[in-house]
Amino acid sequence: MANHPDAAKTGDLKLSSLTKRFADFLAVDNLDLVIPKGSFFALLGPSGCGKTTTLRMIAGLEEPTSGKIYLGDTDLTDTKSYRRPVNTVFQNYALFPHLTIFENVAFGLRRRGIKDVKEPVEKVLALVELAHLRDRKPTQLSGGQQQRIAVARAIVNRPALLLLDEPLGALDLKLRRQMQIELKWIQTEVGITFVHVTHDQEEAMTMADTIAVMNEGRIEQLGSPADLYENPKTAFVANFLGQSNFIKGTLESTSGADQFVNLQGTRIVIPAARNSSTHKSLLVGIRPEKFRIHNVGDTTTGNKLEGGIVTDISFVGVSTQYQVEMPWKQELMIFEQNDGGAPNLRKGDAVTLSWEPHFTFALDGDEDVTSGLSGADAE
Amino acid sequence: MAFAHAGTATVSKPGRAGKRIPYLLLLPGLLWLLLFFILPLINLAETSTKTPIAGGETGAYEQTFRLQNYVDAFSENSAQFSRSFIYALLSTLLALTISYPLAYAIAFKSGKYKNILLVLVIAPFFTSFLLRTIAWKQILGAEGPVISVLRSLHLIGADTSITATALAVVTGMTYNFLPFMTLPIYASLERIDPRLMEASGDLYANGLTTFRRVTFPLSMPGVVAGTLLTFIPAAGDYVNAQILGNPTTKMIGNVIDSRFFRIVDYPTAAALSFTLMAAILILVTVYIRRAGTDELV
Repeated sequence: MANHPDAAKTGDLKLSSLTKRFADFLAVDNLDLVIPKGSFFALLGPSGCGKTTTLRMIAGLEEPTSGKIYLGDTDLTDTKSYRRPVNTVFQNYALFPHLTIFENVAFGLRRRGIKDVKEPVEKVLALVELAHLRDRKPTQLSGGQQQRIAVARAIVNRPALLLLDEPLGALDLKLRRQMQIELKWIQTEVGITFVHVTHDQEEAMTMADTIAVMNEGRIEQLGSPADLYENPKTAFVANFLGQSNFIKGTLESTSGADQFVNLQGTRIVIPAARNSSTHKSLLVGIRPEKFRIHNVGDTTTGNKLEGGIVTDISFVGVSTQYQVEMPWKQELMIFEQNDGGAPNLRKGDAVTLSWEPHFTFALDGDEDVTSGLSGADAE
Repeated sequence: MAFAHAGTATVSKPGRAGKRIPYLLLLPGLLWLLLFFILPLINLAETSTKTPIAGGETGAYEQTFRLQNYVDAFSENSAQFSRSFIYALLSTLLALTISYPLAYAIAFKSGKYKNILLVLVIAPFFTSFLLRTIAWKQILGAEGPVISVLRSLHLIGADTSITATALAVVTGMTYNFLPFMTLPIYASLERIDPRLMEASGDLYANGLTTFRRVTFPLSMPGVVAGTLLTFIPAAGDYVNAQILGNPTTKMIGNVIDSRFFRIVDYPTAAALSFTLMAAILILVTVYIRRAGTDELV
């Protein structure tokens, strides 16, 4: 059949100046991105950030306003969706209700004119451990089973690229955790490039090798999960992936690899590599779990902030969360592991905070500290 | 304190009243069916085996349980029976051919005009069935626009007419039952999740294949409902054949009508009615079995 995807059309996925404008709304703004072959790539961002539109353009379900999509050396931009070597796992699975599970999975193979569908279909059903449901209809399956069939229906075609649109959004928390591990395992097993769209930062961090954090149609930052978490370049990324304390400071001097910052009257040191700003005015970020909390007068290492008063303590099992009010009237959040390392504190106690310099990150002083907060709350 | 007592009694037996509610809701409909369908049907069955009273007046019959009435009624009118089913089948197919693209366009391509188009589909119901059929007689008639256009194009001769032909009867029925075909098909198309079509395209099916493998199968409940809603009334119709036909296009409905109201041959009319009902029932059962849409409805 003419629409057999060309096996040669494989390689890295490259988006070049990709733009999508809906009437008066710019959904995707001049996006440049390379997704390496065989990687598990996540597009992470709040709803309306353009991640799903990007995915739909890659699938061929949406036409770009401008820009190009390449797979290897092949330009896919004007290729119809049914001719692309790309398959999608849809948000609500979109299994065909009138077909059996077997026929759902065989659908793509049959459309490509493959005569012997039995073997590949049974193989992929075995991979997702649902071979016994082959004669059922989709409505007779649970959400988790439907999800796995949706994955099976896509990967049976051995696409160059598998797109996953919020694939776990409809599942409950426990099942979602399990499916995260399974999807990751399937990806390793079949070796197909996975592009995963999600608003759930934990899901992206668990599964993906590389995450692109999207906001308002642009990529805020791209990197490995650890890289994004430890060294965010914008307040949006810092807030969207985990929690952060932001303190306003001023750069005083640079000495080799170290920079000295005046942090509300206290001189601290940060590695120059972890300052992504070129301005004097800085926003210094410290994750709550990086702080150490001490009684006044205790010996500390690294940077130190004095004059804190504990205003709230909540015990959450593995850790304890403290709210500490600083002399400049800012509340900081501190997580301490319950491993006996932290002193026994009560509300109203005076404390000193310390942290290792390499856990600090510094952003432009004019960054909006609330950016990305609502998105993180969505889940 | 009867009032308080009644109150406690209700509370102590929870669920009793709740269980009765479905039956109470069914009651008006069941009563209606009993009065205006079941009882007349029994009456009709009883009439169908009567014979004329020897030497009695016209229209006077006595019960003799003569089943031969059925054999006579059918054998005397087998031509009208088969004509009814052929006409009904033709107008159903014609209505399906016209309605499916129409319903598809309304469901998927009409955008903001969807509601206006739906109103237009049911607009004919605002005037009487009879009036509309008479209007068709004018349209297809010797002085009407259809004939004059066809004549001026020299497609038909000077003395060809369309009224009083089988063609007129079938087109009339097609027109009259078109909304019954369009609306169910529209309803089932409209219900299809557009992501299923996207999924089909994503899985290497082009537009035509997506229609054949996904859209059409999923619209089958509407097609089955629409064809039944057209075929059943069309098979029993007599208005179109009466107004737009001629004596050689008589359908079984016309025969029943004249037996009842002109010849006052109640037993034959009743036997014909029952035969028609049985024939439709058998056809419909076979059709639904073959269509196999019970899971989708």
